[in-house]
Order: sequence, then structure tokens, then C-alpha cells
Amino acid sequence: MKTPIGVKGRNNPYGDDKVIDACSIFGMMDQQGRSMAGRDVVEAMTNMNERTNGLGSGYAVYGLYPKHRDQYALHVMYDDRKALEWGSGFIDSEFKVIHDEEIPMDRSHCKADAPIMWRYFVDVNPDRLNGTGEEDFVVQRCFSINTSEKGAYVVSSGKDMGVFKGVGWPQEIADTFHLDEYRGYLWTAHGRFPTNTPGWWGGAHPFSLLDQSVVHNGEISSYGTNRRFLEMLGYQCTFQTDTEIFSLALDYLLRRRHLPVEVVANIFAPPLWKDIDAMPPQQRNLLRGLRMVYGGLLMNGPFSIIFARHGLMVGLTDRIKLRPLIAAKKKDVFFLASEESAIRCVQADLDRVWHPRGGEPVVASCGNIPASTNTVLVMSS
Amino acid sequence: MKSHLLPDYKVTIDRETCTVCRGCVIQCTFNVYSFNKEKNRIDIDANKCVDCQRCITFCPENSITVAPTPIQYKQNASWDRENIRNIVKQAEAGGILLTGMGCDKPDFTFFDRLLLNASQVTNPSIDPIREPMELRTYLGSKPSLVNLTSTGESWTDISLASPQLQVETPIIFSAMSFGSVNLNVQEALARTAVSSGTYFNVGEGGLNPRLNKYADHLVLQVASGRFGVHKKYLDAGAAIEIKIGQGAKPGIGGHLPGEKVTEEVSATRMIPKGTDAISPAPHHDIYSIEDLSQLISVIKEATDYSKPVIVKIAAVHNSAAIASGIVRAGADIIAIDGMRGSTGAAPQVIRDNVGIPIEMAIASVDSRLNQEGIRNRVSLIAGGGIRSSSDVVKAIALGADACYIATAALIAMGCTVCQKCYTGKCPWGITTMDPVISRRLNPDIAAKRVENLIRAWSLEIKEMLGGMGINSVESLRGNRHQLRGVGLTERELEILGIRMVGS
Ligand code: SF4
Ligand code: SF4
Repeated sequence: MKTPIGVKGRNNPYGDDKVIDACSIFGMMDQQGRSMAGRDVVEAMTNMNERTNGLGSGYAVYGLYPKHRDQYALHVMYDDRKALEWGSGFIDSEFKVIHDEEIPMDRSHCKADAPIMWRYFVDVNPDRLNGTGEEDFVVQRCFSINTSEKGAYVVSSGKDMGVFKGVGWPQEIADTFHLDEYRGYLWTAHGRFPTNTPGWWGGAHPFSLLDQSVVHNGEISSYGTNRRFLEMLGYQCTFQTDTEIFSLALDYLLRRRHLPVEVVANIFAPPLWKDIDAMPPQQRNLLRGLRMVYGGLLMNGPFSIIFARHGLMVGLTDRIKLRPLIAAKKKDVFFLASEESAIRCVQADLDRVWHPRGGEPVVASCGNIPASTNTVLVMSS
Repeated sequence: MKSHLLPDYKVTIDRETCTVCRGCVIQCTFNVYSFNKEKNRIDIDANKCVDCQRCITFCPENSITVAPTPIQYKQNASWDRENIRNIVKQAEAGGILLTGMGCDKPDFTFFDRLLLNASQVTNPSIDPIREPMELRTYLGSKPSLVNLTSTGESWTDISLASPQLQVETPIIFSAMSFGSVNLNVQEALARTAVSSGTYFNVGEGGLNPRLNKYADHLVLQVASGRFGVHKKYLDAGAAIEIKIGQGAKPGIGGHLPGEKVTEEVSATRMIPKGTDAISPAPHHDIYSIEDLSQLISVIKEATDYSKPVIVKIAAVHNSAAIASGIVRAGADIIAIDGMRGSTGAAPQVIRDNVGIPIEMAIASVDSRLNQEGIRNRVSLIAGGGIRSSSDVVKAIALGADACYIATAALIAMGCTVCQKCYTGKCPWGITTMDPVISRRLNPDIAAKRVENLIRAWSLEIKEMLGGMGINSVESLRGNRHQLRGVGLTERELEILGIRMVGS
């Protein structure tokens, strides 16, 4: 078989409606913004190996590049040297590249076809904007790279954060990327069990756009509806996965529409009509309006997700909780995981452990780090 | 002139069991039966039979059989029975052939070639008996931006500019006017609309005072005849529908013969008794899209922007472009009526040859509005050929917000789709204004039967949604991934936006 080119062919080689997978997810945040090593995260993920099949895992790390805090950090994956040459040329022509380097990898840990990973710390040249917002400019360039069919894919593009992901078990990916050498105040992680793809590096989670990232467990039965809604708004769903839907919906609702996190949670997993009907008028009005307007973004079907951005980590499940999510706290450290055992294995002595209800967001914010751009209202946990 | 027309049906009475109670003589409104005093038996004139099954249903001894006649013309695939009969009828009468109900041709139904999905392993199906399952839908224009006014730390308010129709199940009764059906039928539908949390469209015949108490669940029509339209009328209902066209007869106006314009019809329609009620083919104030836009604005102004305006069009070749124009003209809801949609009376040649099936129309309209980024500005109602709960589910998966039904509701009341509505002699008391025959339709019983139908379909829709792993109908809308096609060409699949079974 000829190796398919482009995101669609790589991630969804059999051309199914979409990629289907199940997973383990984990998130850990120090609410005082103190930097943590990734060891615990990897250990917790390894504890949940049961839930994955070695065909993908990944990590998002926040507070990762303090030296380049003000630059967009582009993590880009290349099929080969030719793609690298093209991608570097493109980025050079679109951005002011402050620094770039190959992301160090120990290939002895990973499966054969590991791509080339490069990172670029870039500024946006204001002259290039032509009225577009700076963030929109970055998003558009990322889409251009991902849809170029040149064998180049942007893995993450936020400031002072980055995503490391690929095909392999959580431990293998951690070792491949030398994760023990990185520190961050917020980590999310994902282990994957895909059923209709042999696994592709770009298809592993987290999915990230600017500084927002998502790890996701589940399958959304409303995929067709969600996708059409996003397409109506002008988004392209190139990866053909549920996770991409979350990532794009978050970009739209959080970043572009400036909606508060709790409102977004109510869009993804709204209360039932009968509960909305029983609410006090103002709240009823709000929730009814949200469901009417954003019914196309109701994520219907089993899911649990952890989404993160600077200063914020949110866990959410579908409204009837068909996928697991556990929350826990130990002093300033906030945990979210698919399984309690994963949390206990890195922190046996917890102050609090709880099972959030279906559709109820668990929001962890960070005292020291202002939640980035435009979050109007954040419910404290 | 001796008629050359052969009967369509063979009617037999089992003389052994018949008690000559004469029930069939009374039941048959087409005078098939007569009592023969001399022989003390029932005589049969099968030429008049329309196969409505009324007599069979009510014969206390089960003595009657109505079957297609064994008498056939010489077999000929081209000159088939229908073609020959139509010519014979026209040779004898010299007029346009009328018919009732929707197109009965086999080749225009795509619903039967669509199959639904169900969850297995990777996502769980949902049991509607144990888990909540939501069918509520709001119809109307949705803004692309919501205004959240933050009040410090507390909840925020949201304002929707456009009025919405709240339906508890995505099934609405489409237009059946007073005149085409009688008040008993209208009242039964109005009551069901109230009890089932949906709406009944009273059609273009004006609003009879007997329906006033159901007004919150009525859609009122403004059609080309403008019958019964005045300020109070516009204020009365929950929504107003501008009727541009109808699936059964696109491009054709309506004609209610003077005989059907009784005292009551005349009062409701605001026309003299006994005069023909003519609905012209086009609205004489709408010759282009900007004229429609003006009429929408006028109605909105007149009703203080308090209720959604629906524009109903027949599904025709360029529906997608027309629908896009209607959105931009300011409609809140577009109702699209497919070519299999029914009517009280239409020229047969129009009914069977003009328009396109609803499946294709709804798919292409939804896709176009989506591509143009304006799908949220309008809700879509699909009608014309919805026969079952699975048709509803498929229509919504193709892109509709809700469905219009009419024939199905009439069948629930008794209609057997004999297609003779235009004669005014409906043996089931539905499409007749005859005060005596109308009494056959008891509004209490009819309402109960239709209510049962809506309940049954709603339950079935919930089962199908649950099977797909979806617990709210808004997650089905335009979810074409839940559909696969069988026996369709590549191009048909492409227009429907679905894949082949097995792929
Ligand atoms: S209704 Fe039946 S039993 Fe009565 S006269 Fe007619 S055929 Fe005979
Ligand atoms: S409404 Fe009456 S006349 Fe029309 S098809 Fe049904 S039974 Fe026949």
C-alpha cells in the first residue's frame, strides 16, 4: 500500500467516518504554579496501561519554556527531511523565528516510523496581520501546515507550553522525548486504544491549538452533527476524530467567543430540559438559550475529557457519565484521572477524592498564573 | 355516450352470511350499494367503488370483499392500466384529471434505501426506558452570537432576538385547511397538538372560532388567496406560515369549489357563500425574493416580532438556492414539502410529475445553508412523504429540525388513502363538508387515535436514538454519519451526503 499523504489518510487510513478509540486520561496541576517533574504523570499513566494498547500516548506540559515565555512555541512533526525543509521555510516566511531546534528524541524507545520533531519559538510580525488577530493568524498558519499535504503537522502552538506525543505506550513516549528533563506546573496525559487506525503519531492526544489542549476518552455519537456545526463556522475537520471536534469547539467557544468555562461545559453537556424547566427564570433563560443556539455542539455519547490552558485545568464527562472521571486534591495539587488507582499510585495520601457527576465540570485554576486570554468567569473549585 | 371505463375493483357480498342489514348502503358515500326490495338483497355497482374499505370495516357480518378486478387490459408495459384509463376518462370528460392525496408512484422514495446505525462495543447504546431521552426542539432563527451579560460572579443572562416554537416531539401537523377538511378533523388535530406539545397548521382557510381556544398551538397560514387574513387572525396563532407552494402541486394554485363554500366556510374565509375560493398560483404581491422579504417584514411588524414566520415551499429542482434566498429574506423557519406530499385536490399530472422527493431536497438545502454559514439562522421542517417514525429520524439525520405530517394523522383517524378527497364525499368523514358525513368523524375519538400515533412514534424515535447512543434529538440533526445508503448510485449518495452500506 502506498503511504497515504495528508492528515486524513494518515490518521484514518481505512476512510471510516472517523477514528474510534478508548483511552486513559490524567491531569495534574499545582494550583500555586510550582513546577513539577513529569515522573508522577508517567507513573500514573503506566498504572492505567490496561486502558490502552500501545498505539498512542502523549503529554501536554504548561510552564514548559520559561525562557521563551512570550513566544509561540510551535512543535511540528515531519515525515522526512524534505517535509522539514518545506515546513521550516514556511514558518520562516510567516513568522519571526527567535530560535528553533530539533526536539531531542531517544529513538531506541520508539516504534520504527518515528517522525522528525522540531520546535520553533516565534513571534508574529505585526505587519503580516492585515487586520487579523494575532492568535487567529497563528491558528490559520497551523491549519495551512496541517492541510498542506507536505508531510508536516503542527502538534502544538501555544506560548510556554508544548505537546509531546506519538505511537507507543505512555512510558515509551516519555522515554523517547526525555520527559524526565522537563518541568511544568500543569500536565495532562493520554494513553490510547484506537480500534480503526494502526496508530499515527499525529493522531495521538493531546490535541492542541494555541495554548488549549484536550485529552479525551470516548466516542461521540453526535460527531456528524458537531462536525457540520463547526464546518458551518468555517472550521475544517481534517483529523476526523472526536478529539479534534473538542479541540475546535473549545477554540471557538473559549477563545473566539470568550465564553466562560462553566458555560462551555453547559454547552458540551447541558442539563436535561426537565431540569432546565425547573430552574429560576434567569438561569433557565440562559441554559435554554445555550441549548438552542449551541445544540450543534452538544457532545452526545460517552466521553470524559480534560482540557487545559494556562492557569486552568477542567475535567468534564458527558451528561449521563458513560466514561469515568475521578478528581482529587492533595494540598495545592489537583488531580484528574480515569481511575483512582492512577492518582493513588503517585499520591496515596489524598486530602479529598470525589466522583464528579455527569456533565458537571471540575475546574482547577491556578492562583499564581492568570488564566490566559479572555476567560471572563471561572468558577473556583 | 357509453362509458368505456372498466371498473377498478370487484366487489362481492357473501350472500350466505349477509343479513341484509343495509349498513353498507348507508356507509358507502359513492352509492355502490342499493337495497333491492323485490329480491330482498343488496345490489352492487362496482363501477363506483373507490376501494375506501369503509363498508368492509363496518359490515357486521364480514360479508364484503373488495379486491382489484381480475379484468385486465392486454398486458403492455408502456400502455399500462393507468395510462389507458386516464385517456379514456379525458376522452369522455375533456378535462384535467383530478386526484387526492400524494404521489403514489414507486420510484421516488429514498427513505427505504437509507439504513440507520446502532452502537456496538465502542460506545454504549442508551436504553430509553432507563435513561432520559429528549425529543424537545426549538424552531426558529438562532443567532450566531449569544449575548452573555456577566453579572459579576453569578449566572449571566442570554437574549435571543428571534421568537421560537417549542415542540416536545419533532412532529408537527402540516396545513389542512377548513374547507379541505372539516372542523371535526381540525379540532381533533388542534387538541392533539395541545396534548402532545406540538402544533397544527390550520392551512389557508382562515381560523374558525371553534379553534380559538387552541390558538397557542396553531400555525396560521397566509397563502395566495389571503382568505380570512386580518390583524386579529395574525395575532391569534403561535406562528405564521407564508405558503408559497405545496409538494403535491408545485406551481399550481388552489381551487375550492363553490359547493364546498358553506355558510361556515364563507364566514371563516371571508368570501361570499357558494363562490369558488381561488388561491392563485403565485402570490400577486410576490414576484421575486425581495417581495417575499417585504411580506415577511410586514407580517413581523404587524405581529410585533412576537412569532416566527415560516415560509413553505414545494421541493423543486433548485430548492437549495431558493432556500438560501428565503433565509436572507428573513424567514425564521423554512418548510419544504416533498413531491410525495398530499393534497385535498390536485391535477394528477402535476402531482405525479412535478417536484423532487423530500430526501434530496432536505439534504441539499441543509448542505447549502451549512456551506453558506447560515444554517443556524433558520430551522428546517421536512414534509411530504413522512410515513413512519423512521422516516422522521432519517429526515432529521439528513438535516431537518422537525417533520410535517398530514396523511399519517388522517390515516390514524380512519383515512384509507383512497385518493378521492377532491370529490368531497370522503367516506370516513374527513375531507368532506357534508354535515351528515362529517359526523362520522368524532373529534374525541380522532384526537385520541392521533395522540396515540404521536406517542407511538415518539417512543420509536427514542428507541432509535438510544440505539445510536444519542440521548437528545439535537444531536441527530444533520448527523448523516448515522445513515448509510443501499441501492443508490454514487451521485445519489453524494447528494444525500451519506456513504454506501458496508463502507
Ligand atoms: S353491511 Fe354487510 S351484512 Fe349489512 S347489508 Fe352490507 S354486506 Fe350485508
Ligand atoms: S381523506 Fe377520505 S377521501 Fe381522502 S383518501 Fe382518505 S379516506 Fe379517501
